[in-house]
Amino acid sequence: MPATSQVYFFATCLIDLLYPQAGLAGMQLLRREGVEVIFPANQTCCGQPAFNSGYRDEALAVARAQLACFPRDIPVVVPSGSCGGMMRQHWPELFAGQPDEQAALDVAARTYELTEFLVDVLQIRLRDLGEPLAVAIHTSCSARREMGVADRIESLVAQLDKVEVLTQARKAECCGFGGTFAVKQADVSGAMVRDKTDALRATAAQCVISQDCGCLMNIGGAFEKQGDGLQTRHIAEFLWERTEGAAP
Amino acid sequence: MNQTQAFHRRIDAALHNDQLRRNFRSALSGIQAKRETQFPDDTQLQSLREQARMVRANALVRQPELLEQLEARLTANGIQVHWAETPQQANTIIGDILQAAGARSVVKGKSMVSEETELNHYLEQLGIEVVESDLGEFIIQLAQEPPSHIVAPAIHKNRREVAELFHRFYPDIPYTEDIDQLTQSARLILREKFAAADAGISGVNFAVAETGTLCLVENEGNGRLSTTAPRVHIAITGVEKVVERLSDVPPLLEILTKSATGQPITTYFNMISRPRQPGELDGPEAVHLVLLDNGRSRIRVDEELLDTLRCIRCGTCINYCPVYVQLGGHAYGTVYPGPIGIALEPQRIGIDKVGTLTSACTMCGACGEVCPVKIPLPKLINRLRAEAVNEQRTTTPLLGRGSLRKPSEATIWKLWQQMYSRPRLYRLFTLVATRLRWLTPGSLGGWTRYRSAPRPAPRSLRELAMKEGFGSE
Repeated sequence: MPATSQVYFFATCLIDLLYPQAGLAGMQLLRREGVEVIFPANQTCCGQPAFNSGYRDEALAVARAQLACFPRDIPVVVPSGSCGGMMRQHWPELFAGQPDEQAALDVAARTYELTEFLVDVLQIRLRDLGEPLAVAIHTSCSARREMGVADRIESLVAQLDKVEVLTQARKAECCGFGGTFAVKQADVSGAMVRDKTDALRATAAQCVISQDCGCLMNIGGAFEKQGDGLQTRHIAEFLWERTEGAAP
Repeated sequence: MNQTQAFHRRIDAALHNDQLRRNFRSALSGIQAKRETQFPDDTQLQSLREQARMVRANALVRQPELLEQLEARLTANGIQVHWAETPQQANTIIGDILQAAGARSVVKGKSMVSEETELNHYLEQLGIEVVESDLGEFIIQLAQEPPSHIVAPAIHKNRREVAELFHRFYPDIPYTEDIDQLTQSARLILREKFAAADAGISGVNFAVAETGTLCLVENEGNGRLSTTAPRVHIAITGVEKVVERLSDVPPLLEILTKSATGQPITTYFNMISRPRQPGELDGPEAVHLVLLDNGRSRIRVDEELLDTLRCIRCGTCINYCPVYVQLGGHAYGTVYPGPIGIALEPQRIGIDKVGTLTSACTMCGACGEVCPVKIPLPKLINRLRAEAVNEQRTTTPLLGRGSLRKPSEATIWKLWQQMYSRPRLYRLFTLVATRLRWLTPGSLGGWTRYRSAPRPAPRSLRELAMKEGFGSE
């Protein structure tokens, strides 16, 4: 286990550009626990979009450009199950037989999904300062099946005593995002997110939270298009807001 | 129309059929719930999966010698073995056997391999009457449709649709939507067919090399009747169905029935080892086994793709697929739909023919999680996506590799690579995108048909982090 007084934060390209508040909240949560958070300046993307589209050479080139961001033996914390899953599970496959395979394996081995790090490593204790609220939790498929950390978000939210968790039907079913799937199979993806948003709405939750911004972009975008007032929040932003006194 | 356009046309038809989608949602939710009652203890499930995986993996590694052993044992038992490289060869073999036996009518148990060869169509052309005796298969034979699921072929039809079909073909039987009464009607119709049939055709679930035993798993007794009542029985299966020992069967059978239908055991489990012996009162006079390759040897060459052949055709990956539940089986346009179809069919038929199926996957991993023999389906589908746009390993005899590469798409990924592998260029891009966020298009093709367009934040996380005093090393 690498030392945990310092961590690298791998923001993911989606959060860097579209959901920076989620990333910032994740970094602030870590800092509040006494961890020095380093944001490597040269980070861009884990390579997943190209990898899942079959463009492995392109994925490898982009993944390779990240390796130099994490030179020291300290954890790499990723606020996303799917990008974390890409690094931990698929980088070893992508880099197999490459000259920098060992460096990739080394980073993969110390990659943590954010909620996993907060619960397993930091054993974070949260104090809920927010108003009573009903939420539904959407656990991303990659957090659930690739990283095997779907229960961490549940245990974090369970620490918030004014938050009631409502459970949607078919909770483990994919929301239909799937990266380029949402573009290549737009109508199937649209049907899937319709089912997902219907199930979430039926819980009467006021807010939907998840550990992946890909799912939230899909689910939140669909709520918005459907003219629904339901809010979506990344877990880091949600936890930060509930525990620092800001209204969610 | 190319394969992608044809696929999208079928998808469009499926998505606009609300009744069909309701039927699938309802049926699959039921199957999932039943399966889950069979596996209350996850540790036991994982240990059973691992046991089943090892049995199948071992059989695939030793397949050539096991097939030789199987042939020797079957032959010694009096079962005639035939080898077919292609679907056409399999059909010819079966047609010849039937004609030599003077068979005019055939009852069939369920067999997906016979769907690969389009056997019914071939036999009908020879003037042989073919009756499907599995209730689901019987229904879709009336409807003249292919199976939409490998275990529950008529899963796409609800009881009203089945009732109307029965009424149309058997107007003498009073109309009913009662499932028990419909089943009873089918039973009466089929009884006569079993009694009159000259030959029976079935599939095989496991072929045991050690003993020369053909195992057949079924619920309706139609498998037993098809394989015992007529004077000739012809079994057809893929070469990968061979297992080494009789003791390999119980773990496979247990996880097959629990996974497929949520049953601890099926109503019938048949072990066929020889034709009728002198002095025996029943059973067929002749038993044949047709072993079909149809691309399987090609798949077996690649050590990663080989895992595809572990499949025991339980359909669990299909039952849990969030794409399949929206589309149903017919939209795939192949014999095998769902995740196993996406993995198997491009390998069996060619990426240039059906490789576009690989786009019908979100990589959610639900299939791989439930597969009883632990086939890494998402990994296989990802590999096929890679093969479709760029030949990966030259030693693998996959058909049609690289055939789905589109110059426009390849250029986009090259540009993507340029931007995301050059941090300074990427930073410039995020700077421009955040400052000019009001220029973000509000319409993004298919995405914005169902969702609002995402819009860059006013400041990137990089900028916010710096402002909040986080170091960048």
